[in-house]
Amino acid sequence: MNGQWYDAEAGPLVRPYAMTGGRTKPGPHGVRFDLISLVAVDPEGGADETADSLLGPEHRALLGLCRSETQSVAELAADADLPVGVVRVLLGDLLEGGHVKVSRPVPPARLPDERILREVIEGLRAL
Amino acid sequence: MEHHDNRTSGQPGEALDTDPETVEEDGELAALALKILVAGGFGVGKTTLVGAVSEIRPLRTEEQLSEAGELIDDTGGVDQKTTTTVAMDFGRITIRSGLSLYLFGTPGQDRFWFLWDELSQGALGAVVLADTRRLEDCFPAVDYFEHRRIPFVVAVNCFSEARRYGAHDVSRALDLEQGTPVVLCDARDKDSGKEVLIRLVEYAGRVHTARLLESVGPQAGSV
Repeated sequence: MNGQWYDAEAGPLVRPYAMTGGRTKPGPHGVRFDLISLVAVDPEGGADETADSLLGPEHRALLGLCRSETQSVAELAADADLPVGVVRVLLGDLLEGGHVKVSRPVPPARLPDERILREVIEGLRAL
Repeated sequence: MEHHDNRTSGQPGEALDTDPETVEEDGELAALALKILVAGGFGVGKTTLVGAVSEIRPLRTEEQLSEAGELIDDTGGVDQKTTTTVAMDFGRITIRSGLSLYLFGTPGQDRFWFLWDELSQGALGAVVLADTRRLEDCFPAVDYFEHRRIPFVVAVNCFSEARRYGAHDVSRALDLEQGTPVVLCDARDKDSGKEVLIRLVEYAGRVHTARLLESVGPQAGSV
């Protein structure tokens, strides 16, 4: 019954810490990426050749994923098949390099205004 | 009742009340995503519910836990692994461009409670799925959301072989705070799932308004 919570015995070929260069937290700006923070490619960013050359294959994979559509951190992790912790670190790099834009997380203990809630209810009814 | 205007459009750093369209400002996306948690005991139908209403097939994200030594020790050190993986299933409903709803099935095991703290940050509310044959399985979830004052509804997943109880019986058996909605549902059915979510959003709105009124002050709402 516990089996599903564990990796396959061998684990991934490339260890998560290798993809992040040993880092466990996103860069110096201390950005907190919520699971539903939305990430989109910055249309003006990423032209810098030197910044580009610092990107690893996982960075590029993430960029490719949000190029087609704005994506949440959770979706990126699922689609890139990477642990959320790794995705957070890599997104921190992409944000710092000006490759992506990120939505502000909803502050705790705050709800969106009534207009938005009504919109959500109507949207759900129309599903 | 007339609702007061709790807009905060004059304040810097507020993105919630901006134009409905996806506006980009200061290098940040103004798109809004809302989060709803789906909790409940093991096998109660959390992933089924997420899948029934989601427009994408339920996705799975994994969090690798490498510093969870103390948590693993809690289980008696049965396992020698120093890392473990916990999975969360989630789905998405797009309300319109720039506004989407994400549903997260919470990990069922007690030792992953700390992940709930992250999940519940900024959550609109939660659905606690209950099975009347094992009602006690949802006690921890009910406790959790009550303590953190996160609005939730209890959705009784009506398994065909289970005896039917009324919403009132369930509410009493769970000793719910007054006003907490109890909805009977079929987690496999999209319309039924939609109804649960609608009840939750309505309830969350009411709770929020009540709290604002409670804390009436010049700066109500900017806690």
